[in-house]
Amino acid sequence: MAENYKEITSEILRISGANPTKCMQCGKCSGTCPAYSAMEYHPHQFAYLIRSGNVEELLKSDASLYCLSCFACSERCPRGVQPAKLIEAVRLQILREQDGDAIKPEDIPCLLDENLPQQALVSAFRKYRK
Amino acid sequence: MQVEESKEFKPTIVAFCCNWCSYAGADLAGSSRISYPADVKIVRVPCSCRVNPLFILRAFERGADGVILCGCHPGDCHYSTGNYYARRRMTMLFSMLDYMGIERERTRVEWVSAAEGAKFAATMKDFIETVTKLGENRKLRDLRCKE
Amino acid sequence: MQKIGVFVCWCGSNIAATVDVKAVAESAYDIPGVVYATNYQYMCSENGQSLIKNAVKEYGLTGIVVASCSPRMHEATFRKTAQAAGLNPYMVEIANIREQCSWVHKDMDTATAKAKVLLRTAVSKLTLDQPLTAGTSPVTKRALVIGGGIAGIQTALDIADAGYKVDIVEKKPTIGGKMAQLDKTFPTLDCAACILTPKMVDVSANENINIYSYSEVESVSGFVGNFDVKIRRKARYVKEDLCTGCGSCMAKCPSKKALNEFNMGLNTRTAIYIPFAQAIPNVAVIDPQSCIKLKTGKCGLCQKICEAKAIDYEQKDEIIEEKYGAIVAATGYNPIKLDKFGELGYDLYPDVITSLEYERLMNAAGPTKGHVLRPSDGKEPKRIIFVQCVGSRGQSCRDKSYCSKICCMYTAKHAMMTKDHYPDTDVKVFYIDVRTPGKNFDEFYRRAVEEYGVEYIKGQVGKIYEEDGQLKVQGSDLLANKQLTLDADLVVLAVAIEPDETARKVATMLTASMDTNDFFTEAHAKLRPVESPTAGVFLSGVCQGPKDVPETVSQASAAAAKVIGLLSKDELTGNPCVAHADPLLCNGCSQCANVCPYGAITYVEEEVRGVGVREVRRFARVNEAVCQGCGACTVTCPSGAMDLKGFTNRQIMAEVDAICK
Repeated sequence: MAENYKEITSEILRISGANPTKCMQCGKCSGTCPAYSAMEYHPHQFAYLIRSGNVEELLKSDASLYCLSCFACSERCPRGVQPAKLIEAVRLQILREQDGDAIKPEDIPCLLDENLPQQALVSAFRKYRK
Repeated sequence: MQVEESKEFKPTIVAFCCNWCSYAGADLAGSSRISYPADVKIVRVPCSCRVNPLFILRAFERGADGVILCGCHPGDCHYSTGNYYARRRMTMLFSMLDYMGIERERTRVEWVSAAEGAKFAATMKDFIETVTKLGENRKLRDLRCKE
Repeated sequence: MQKIGVFVCWCGSNIAATVDVKAVAESAYDIPGVVYATNYQYMCSENGQSLIKNAVKEYGLTGIVVASCSPRMHEATFRKTAQAAGLNPYMVEIANIREQCSWVHKDMDTATAKAKVLLRTAVSKLTLDQPLTAGTSPVTKRALVIGGGIAGIQTALDIADAGYKVDIVEKKPTIGGKMAQLDKTFPTLDCAACILTPKMVDVSANENINIYSYSEVESVSGFVGNFDVKIRRKARYVKEDLCTGCGSCMAKCPSKKALNEFNMGLNTRTAIYIPFAQAIPNVAVIDPQSCIKLKTGKCGLCQKICEAKAIDYEQKDEIIEEKYGAIVAATGYNPIKLDKFGELGYDLYPDVITSLEYERLMNAAGPTKGHVLRPSDGKEPKRIIFVQCVGSRGQSCRDKSYCSKICCMYTAKHAMMTKDHYPDTDVKVFYIDVRTPGKNFDEFYRRAVEEYGVEYIKGQVGKIYEEDGQLKVQGSDLLANKQLTLDADLVVLAVAIEPDETARKVATMLTASMDTNDFFTEAHAKLRPVESPTAGVFLSGVCQGPKDVPETVSQASAAAAKVIGLLSKDELTGNPCVAHADPLLCNGCSQCANVCPYGAITYVEEEVRGVGVREVRRFARVNEAVCQGCGACTVTCPSGAMDLKGFTNRQIMAEVDAICK
């Protein structure tokens, strides 16, 4: 299970392009956040939890959906952590995981249309992979 | 397997570093344990202006694949103006080397201060990568020098 | 043929862990000229050095190569060892196999291979070494201190106490610096003025100290022991020797709207002014930007009222030249500008102030006579919020990457003093970490919390804004996991400090190196913290890095000790690695004299003797006391007559050959 989240964490980091190890937990992001009260987890917690690999709660929570993407946190962060990008990455990760098990791998062969271009298939996999 | 390993190209790179800034910067890279490839060997000179273009030609003759000259940042030279002389001389030399068919990328001038250990290591890493991509330098090599 | 000894140092495990020292030592025997090679745990130790000395005697060595740490570290040590063994101290070369090998390469085989090359290179150079003797130069027994804050004052006093002449150059009209603006000093709460002003008086009374106030260093040339410095004495339009500091001109001056710099612009001053009551020198100065007479030609009231006839509207900047043996940089610091911190509203709201402004508000000699009154309406604030780490410890373009070091303690002091004077005031501090490494520092901070009830909130302030005339501070409380919006009557920002803007210019003139933050670099971070790598230039106070007052004073005294050590010598042994022209090869073209930054090269007409040559020729001669050994001339010389001892053309070529072998 932990292994699984390790992978997801690195995926979130890859999507965001941000580096939460730079964070010094000053709280400027959360101090500045206009959506603070609506969010279960706050910007500095995103940085902390992603850095420590505890992304499970973040993925279960709807906190990332309340982020206004105003980028005030990224703008004011003294260390260039870009919490907004981390939150956005969590949100993307949640969206990608939705309906993750809609099709089982073993069901795929019989669903395939022979006239379907292979390229479309490959790009679909790329797009909807976990 | 062994044959393949010996085929891997390891360039020979000479770095001229001024005593006051860049050599100290290289020392700082060491005391901060910032590693860079071992292909570069440093020659300590009092100032970047001590580096005669002949030294660089000599290095290429003797089989160096790249030569880098490091000095203090403009305005910070321990001897006030030495790095300006170095910069002018190297500009001349590099265009001559270019004319002689030595790729521009094999020579470089960089300013590294005594406080820039990380920059020294990064510069060396980058230069070594560039030279490795270019491969061996045979243009000026004087075969009589090799035993 | 030279007989060379090779000594490979393990440096404990520093080298031996990544370099096979035995293999490196053995490889030395393959290099021509090497007659002895060994390895030892610590070559720089007493035992290591006697090992070298014994080998020199036993094997009749003519030169030694030590493969060890950087020559910047122990070259001098091993030169002394060689000298003690009867060798010329310049018959020593160091192969740097620690900083440039074992510490940067992780793989044993790679590092060992490189160490062998470095050793081979050093031996090749040594083979061509010649014994060198250093020349000497006299020492001017006078020191220059640039900056008249507490650092400069302490350095000057200590040097003067040892009996040497000192000049202080201060760009402001008075000495005293930032400390003169402070109210109390942590952690003992001494009154800053009470401990500083007696020192300022000592400076002015000391016969050995001369103050050039309202002056700046214009140019520096020369070298250790013999600096030539030009100092610009800016026109103060008041004759310093005549002015008595009575202050009647200030009472009469009709131009009263200039911002008072000493009070951080919290009130105004007249165009002719004395910065503060205890200013040294106690002499007025006219600010030409606001003086009506200087701007329009009409007024002249101060000249009429001055009984000492000290006012001189015609005064011009004056350049004086002086010789010094040593120079101390004590250029100090300033709080950073806050124009890029829009979210904190410093430029928008008068009641958002900096800590230095708060310091003036608390000071009995300040604009409010020591009553803490808010700048907007002059009322006593009931809720004060302090914000720490403003502009410090950041990585964005507007921040400083370092910790400014003093803010935690002065904020605790401000909070404590506020509670002490106004117990019913609500005092809160937003902090990231409270850093209190210092004697009685943590105890001081705990007292602010436990005895005075200052409320510390862990978190940073996101924005400061005004709503219906009420200042609001929005920030996080990380421990309560809350976002707070607090009403405040006054907000005090603990602003990062940065080196004074003139420091870069001074460093360039002194050819002293600086780091990326414009702090002066020390010669060695641990072992030579008060010296610049440039000989004869010393560092005092915050110009080297953030410091509080006690640290500044101890560094200032340390710098003074180094200056005294230098000035106590009658002559300095120079660097023997200087340029030398071969009269037989020189064609007298003067190119070398053109590039020499020190004017060390002159031309003489003398008889030249050589094989088949005996005639009078014009050729270059290097003044060895003046030459600093940069080598610019050697490259310029078209005939190859000029060479640099210790770094000869042949030696460097030999090094290149050894590397490329």
